[in-house]
Amino acid sequence: MKNLFKILLVLSFFGIIPVSAMDVIEVVKKANHVSYYQGDDGRAKVNMRIIDAQGRERVREFVILRKDDDNTDGKQKFYVYFNKPADVKKMVFMVVKNMERADDRWLYLPGLDLVKRIAASDERTSFVGSHFFYEDVSGRGIREDTHEIMEENDSNYIVKSTPKDTNAVEFAFFKSWIHKKTFLPVKIEYYDDLGQKIRSYSALKVELIDGHPTVTAASMENHQTGGKTLMNYSAVKYDVGLPDNIFTERYLRKTPRKYLR
Amino acid sequence: MIRVVVTAILLVISQTLSAQEIELPEGLGDLSTMAQETTEDQALPFDLSGFLESRIGIRLQNNAHEKDISIGELRLQIGVEKEFDSLTFNLVSDFIYDPVLDEHSMDLETGQGFMDMREANIVFSPLEFIDMKMGRQILTWGTGDLAFINDLFPKDWNSFFIGRDDEYLKAPSDAIKTAFFFGDYNLDIIYVPRFDADRYIDGSRLSFFDRAGGGLSGRENPVLADQPDKWFSDDEFAARLYGSFGAYETALYYYNGYWKSPAGQNLVTGLAEFPRLQVFGASIRGPVAIGIGAIEVGYYKSAAGAAENPLIRNSEFRLLVGYEQELAPEFTGSVQYYLERRLNQGKYLASLPDGAIRDQQDRHVFTVRLTRLLMQQDLKLSLFNFYSPSDKDGYLRLNISYKIRDNLKVEAGGNIFYGQKNFSFFGQFKENSNVFTALHYDF
Repeated sequence: MKNLFKILLVLSFFGIIPVSAMDVIEVVKKANHVSYYQGDDGRAKVNMRIIDAQGRERVREFVILRKDDDNTDGKQKFYVYFNKPADVKKMVFMVVKNMERADDRWLYLPGLDLVKRIAASDERTSFVGSHFFYEDVSGRGIREDTHEIMEENDSNYIVKSTPKDTNAVEFAFFKSWIHKKTFLPVKIEYYDDLGQKIRSYSALKVELIDGHPTVTAASMENHQTGGKTLMNYSAVKYDVGLPDNIFTERYLRKTPRKYLR
Repeated sequence: MIRVVVTAILLVISQTLSAQEIELPEGLGDLSTMAQETTEDQALPFDLSGFLESRIGIRLQNNAHEKDISIGELRLQIGVEKEFDSLTFNLVSDFIYDPVLDEHSMDLETGQGFMDMREANIVFSPLEFIDMKMGRQILTWGTGDLAFINDLFPKDWNSFFIGRDDEYLKAPSDAIKTAFFFGDYNLDIIYVPRFDADRYIDGSRLSFFDRAGGGLSGRENPVLADQPDKWFSDDEFAARLYGSFGAYETALYYYNGYWKSPAGQNLVTGLAEFPRLQVFGASIRGPVAIGIGAIEVGYYKSAAGAAENPLIRNSEFRLLVGYEQELAPEFTGSVQYYLERRLNQGKYLASLPDGAIRDQQDRHVFTVRLTRLLMQQDLKLSLFNFYSPSDKDGYLRLNISYKIRDNLKVEAGGNIFYGQKNFSFFGQFKENSNVFTALHYDF
């Protein structure tokens, strides 16, 4: 028995046995934190290039403001101000991401001066016509899946996540490559019941911004339709000091310019 | 012991075989060199936006009172926004070439002519908790979807019925809006120094049932109205006090002004009139089941003596109940129930002359909206239907639009009116049923 321990110890020292130093839930929590909760708030300009299987391209440009309610990696507010395409220019999409119930969403239509409350949709539908889902942009609750570390290598943990409610999602499971030093998911692959890869996310570029490693270029590919979306972040800033009232009807109607530049 | 060693070796082998090594993203290899790139946009000294579109439509049937072409226009919208230190200036104006209307002289109140100014205002915050918007602006509040109780800002029913974009249902107001933000409760005060009427159905574009004349009427005999138009005395005042309780948004409303479309007639001059009107209302909106529900009510207090006067619209109670939810991915549905109840039905009936049309006390309307997005949201199909079981009439709006490119859209649609009687609310427009198509370029 003692020998067995020695063997295992030696093997694991060289990193060849998947005995992880970290609990899987810790890995997933940290990955969730660095993906969606760095700093108390944040601002980024986003450019999306949506490319279909025929190579036709659509462009979306928006500024996204985000503020966390507290430090528990829970409730958050998002303010998304559109610049492109021209027909949605000055539109604002606002979301309060709730933990215990469906998100609250509003849309401001400047041509009508209309603040519209929109029914929380399936989180796994396209965000503004791109290959990213709402859930990819605002985060998927870590308690919605069971997680296990499949493997780890020098740079990544490879985590398999299986949904608790398989009817609510289009995939059977997904695999995430979570970077060990930064805990950024650098690749995520979604599989169907037959084990076919249906969608995949790749972080393409990472920069250190205000001390936070940040993905500034990423892609989402749909392997079933052959389309993909490239997302680029610029003018990223953390701890902007966004006031709470930015996320209210007042600033849907009156653009908070100084935070959108 | 052997079993354990074998297991360990197998594990090692299996790991080697399936080693899921991937290429790391740019910047992750050497964290110390990560640095943010900065780019500066080159831009005009002001923000410019707008569109150019052509829109043409025809009636689906002969209409003795109107042209066959229901809409035919070329429209250029120019929007300019300029920001100064603590003040923003907005200007949005449409330039229109329209061969359908007979009258081409320009009138900025009614939007008639080659230019329709939609916005010309300044926005500023005189105090930290106050926002002001002064000048020509589009104003909207309330919870209805194409149904309005407490939103008494001008509507352009002509635009709505002939197939212009939905945003043209809202006509501009020349107003001063002061918004106070107290935190939990907020207050909007809107002052309109000179009454802004709806761009109502007057016959020049759409035929309607003329109750005085007892028949359909159109461009040969457009409505002549005596519109209150004295600055600072024929004015309007609107207020909204609102606040949220958790996810539920509540509001109280008040309006003091005039019926927005003609709701009376001067017996001597024969001119259509806009009787005085006060409205007291309330609304609540928030999550219900898996969607969004809303209830809105309003008490319409008409001019003094309205109950006994057959020529002035009576006081009313109005109710709207709405619910919207996602039916499937990219497919949304909503339903509404709308009620207009005349409050003095007995007096109303007693006041009517012999042979006059007798309206029921209640007008019930149900609406359904279905919206489907396809092809990465480039193709949009939408249907909106109003149906009134009390009037036995309705109005179906159909629209299909496809984005050829990000800034180029083709659109086709229909406005179909139906009903048993030619004098009911939607039934009177039967001969105006139309289809249209548009090509729209944004910049």
